[in-house]
Amino acid sequence: MKNKLFEKYFVFSPYFWLVLFFFIPLAIIFKISISVSEWGMPPYQDIFLFDNGFKINTTLENYVYIFSDYYYIGSFVNSLILAVISTFFCLLIGFPLAFYIATSNIRLRNILLVLVVIPFWSSFLLRVYAWKIILQNNGILNVILLNLGITSEPLQLLYNQYAVIMGIVYTYLPLMILPLYGYLNKFDLNLIEASKDLGLNRTKTFFKVILPLSVPGIVAGSLLVFIPVVGEFIIPEMLGGSDRLYYGKILWEEFFVNRNWPGASALAFSGIIILVLPIVIFQILYSRWSQKNEI
Amino acid sequence: MKSSLIKSTVIFLGLFFLYFPILVLIFYSFNENKRVMVWKGFSLRWYNELFNNEQIIEAFIISIKIAALSATFATILGVMIGYSLVRIRKIPFKSFYIFLSSTPLVLPELILGLSMLLFFISLNNVIGFPSSRGQLTIFISHVTFCIAFVAIIIQARLTDFNKNIEEAAMDLGYNYTKVLYKITLPIILPSIIAGWLLAFTISLDDLVVASFTTGPGANTLPIVVFSKVRLGLSPEVNALSAILMFALIIIGLFYFYFNKKFKH
Repeated sequence: MKNKLFEKYFVFSPYFWLVLFFFIPLAIIFKISISVSEWGMPPYQDIFLFDNGFKINTTLENYVYIFSDYYYIGSFVNSLILAVISTFFCLLIGFPLAFYIATSNIRLRNILLVLVVIPFWSSFLLRVYAWKIILQNNGILNVILLNLGITSEPLQLLYNQYAVIMGIVYTYLPLMILPLYGYLNKFDLNLIEASKDLGLNRTKTFFKVILPLSVPGIVAGSLLVFIPVVGEFIIPEMLGGSDRLYYGKILWEEFFVNRNWPGASALAFSGIIILVLPIVIFQILYSRWSQKNEI
Repeated sequence: MKSSLIKSTVIFLGLFFLYFPILVLIFYSFNENKRVMVWKGFSLRWYNELFNNEQIIEAFIISIKIAALSATFATILGVMIGYSLVRIRKIPFKSFYIFLSSTPLVLPELILGLSMLLFFISLNNVIGFPSSRGQLTIFISHVTFCIAFVAIIIQARLTDFNKNIEEAAMDLGYNYTKVLYKITLPIILPSIIAGWLLAFTISLDDLVVASFTTGPGANTLPIVVFSKVRLGLSPEVNALSAILMFALIIIGLFYFYFNKKFKH
């Protein structure tokens, strides 16, 4: 009997915390996103009105407002494109690195793995700041380019979308390498030898053996990079210019500058529905499925 | 021969890419010049100024305090979730439970921050608390999104280790509570420490959620640093980076030590 009480305590303490401080805040975002906006503080009307009998006062106007204005859709699309490009480059750099780490001998492998993850532990903000130093007009990269005679005058490397991609690829790379390594580490290296013995050349071995086996790792790593990048605010703010607007910036300004709380909430809630929900549903289904198959 | 050359080159270039910016940052922190990019000579001037900068020191203390407290709370709750998900069969609305404990991992920080801020404002309208935002509201938000990270580490460890040990102890007359405290918790202790360290650094590093939920008297270190470097460069921040990188890397090594301990 005691067990039961104990289990309840373990299950319900975090349950309570997360419902209160995670689920209810999400519900509030939804509530405000369907509220009628007005001037005042708070800048929206209640969704339940009691003054002349009970009345539900909701609107979809905020969503219509967002989805009919290219300013909002365009920046969301910009963020998606940014995320696709950054994920691609993370994969391009991360895959060979993860592959070669996984195929090193065990001592070297552990050292390399620690070396790859250590930068990830250092401050995110400061790693972005480091790129600000490197890409300055009189920064190291420009000095090198000038000395090599590639350009005759300093290039404007900072404050554009390429600097943003650079910063993102740099800061998110470990998030791509880790899951890739996790899967590559598991598979049997003899398979590569076997495929060579059976006459497949390097390219074919890669596409027919290595790549198919690392698909779960690629998917996991890509998701870990893709989703946060869509909502990324700091990197475009520090390294980006006015050439492109992104979802994070628009959301921030809609709330803090325009003080349009319903609009910002609608933006946030759309983000949850489009980005996060599909993945969460997939995760829950997957964990149920794997549990069922284990038992 | 050729393939091992490619291999070393790829690894070398990869590591160079990862470490070059950090080294640049540390290098420039020793620059005497106030204009960060123009090298004038080696000096510890900015370290000296950093330690005399009250704003940064105060922000640092606030950040450490919030990080230590929220890591502790998040670890307690995260261990409970990890344990529940692996060892306890009957969880009411289990899908909802998984949803709550895993979504913070994938939710963009910006959305999380906005939802927390609007929650605190609404709460204040309803029950008059919290009347202003500050360290307490940052603490609550940080606990909320750190829980998931701890839970996932604990869950992985508990899945790894053999349930038979617990059952054997049970057969030998230990009751449920005793098994938990004498067997399960000591075995997963390294993972608990690793989870705490991870939560600690996540909280220490967070800018976005803290920016939303902060208030008077609660400027954390990332908030102060961001305000200094948003538009330009700051030699004091260079010095701070060098120190912080070093400290965080040490924490990272500890994390590795505790997280790996299990496998040997």
